[in-house]
Amino acid sequence: MKTASKIYTAIIFVFLFAPIAILLVFSFNDAKSLSVMSGVSLRWYRELFHDEATLQSVRNTLILAVSAMVISTVMGTAASVGMEKLRSRWLRSALNTATDIPMTNPDIITGISLMLMFVFVGRLFGLANSLSFWTMLIAHVTFCLPYVILQVQPRLRQMDPSLPEAAQDLGCTPLRAFFKVTIPEIMPGIITGAIMAFTMSLDDFVISYFTSGAGFQTLPIRIYNMTKKTVTPKMYALATIIFFVILALLLISNLTDQSDKKYRKK
Amino acid sequence: MTGNAKTSRGALTPYALWAALFIVVPLVFVAYYALTDNEFSFTFENITRFFTATSSVDGREVHTYLLIFWRSLKLAVISTVICLVLGYPLAYVMARASERRQKIMMILIMIPMWMNFLIRTYAWMTILQDTGILNGFLSVLGLGRVHIIGTESAVVIGMVYDYLPYMVLPIYSIMAKMDIKLLEAARDLGCNSVGVLRRVIFPLSLPGVLSGVTMVLIPSVSTFYISQKLGNGKFFLIGDAIEGQYVANNLHFAAAMAFILMVILLVVMAVMKRITNHRVYGGKAA
Repeated sequence: MKTASKIYTAIIFVFLFAPIAILLVFSFNDAKSLSVMSGVSLRWYRELFHDEATLQSVRNTLILAVSAMVISTVMGTAASVGMEKLRSRWLRSALNTATDIPMTNPDIITGISLMLMFVFVGRLFGLANSLSFWTMLIAHVTFCLPYVILQVQPRLRQMDPSLPEAAQDLGCTPLRAFFKVTIPEIMPGIITGAIMAFTMSLDDFVISYFTSGAGFQTLPIRIYNMTKKTVTPKMYALATIIFFVILALLLISNLTDQSDKKYRKK
Repeated sequence: MTGNAKTSRGALTPYALWAALFIVVPLVFVAYYALTDNEFSFTFENITRFFTATSSVDGREVHTYLLIFWRSLKLAVISTVICLVLGYPLAYVMARASERRQKIMMILIMIPMWMNFLIRTYAWMTILQDTGILNGFLSVLGLGRVHIIGTESAVVIGMVYDYLPYMVLPIYSIMAKMDIKLLEAARDLGCNSVGVLRRVIFPLSLPGVLSGVTMVLIPSVSTFYISQKLGNGKFFLIGDAIEGQYVANNLHFAAAMAFILMVILLVVMAVMKRITNHRVYGGKAA
């Protein structure tokens, strides 16, 4: 790299990491301030681990993300397979268009639209408050599905269609051929899709905000409620932990990616 | 083969139903709520309210919601342009770096993306505050203080910060795949560096630019948190207006604004797609 581009890259990364560095540092602040450092302590980490509402929201987020991931991965994979075999061109392009909608629409519109439907249907059944864990799960599955489909579809197209046919010629039932041949072939797409669905669900705030009920709080919603009041370094302690979890996940996925490549070269 | 067709139809049915029920029908509900009043009888009132409602700002009579929408569009376009100007060279540098460096830079770009955007935005608030870290830093250097928080600039900084990775990644992925021989050929045929950039690299990277622009423009035009925190609640954007009506349980007017926003974005997207198709494929549909 030339010096100029090195300096440029460095400036951009300083910009990207300045706020993160600041919240890392101030999470260890002894005092309550977020801009004046008065001493180093683990006080806010201790408080964080005694904050039952936040801990519960972490558990809720994980339950929701795992459920949304499993449902959207299974349904999305099945849908991709079905769409490839679809003869009707019209139906296929209609389905592809529907799949694009949650990706191109702003989150606020996806959230509002689902909320309106839930409220309307809830009112039909005489419910005063129809938003709950289940409405949130429906919303999360809905915005995760396109990511799964967009990962699995290209893998299916790259696959040699004569492979499952050969398995059937050799005596496999279509279903068995699907599980023994097709699934292993498209597995990398399924896994990437599942990971994307999981992270999208973990990180989502806007759609959750509109579709969540009072009883079920996810971490992003908890953070939103925290930032409405005066924020203490406790939230930064939480962010610091999130930062290291993400860093670890990215490093692990990158390392496994490399070993995968080595394996393929052989 | 009939058994096969049946199985694949069976595999598709759950998703087809799901997409109809939870993607298409909700959008119909947006239109339905937008065009009805609290008793669910048909009215254009919500739509006309968006275009005609006025209020007085600094003693002047202004169209409340048109002004809010205009401001959202203005700040989103400014942020998108800044993201493009900052992100394009970075994507270029990344694509030209060694494989190891590319990997490291990818991780560095993705970390802020995966951090919760509420916390990142809040951190900017503590940086930009009048008594914040930036001003502390500036006064230590003896440069005096700046007042940023609560201005449109603060909102733009927040948007650029939050959405820059969405600009860099698509452009980078196109550039990384670009055939290096094309660049060499252009050089062999007498192009200088600027010429190669302008006549080869830029046109080839346009699809990446388009998806980057879309991925930055759409969330920044519809955001409702950044403006509340960094604009000190003084700069209402269309997302804030929608959220405000939702909190006030004014669902029909919230739906009307969402509906108008959706229609306008659809038109903008269609126009943008047309323009790039024209530039990239010489008018022929790809």
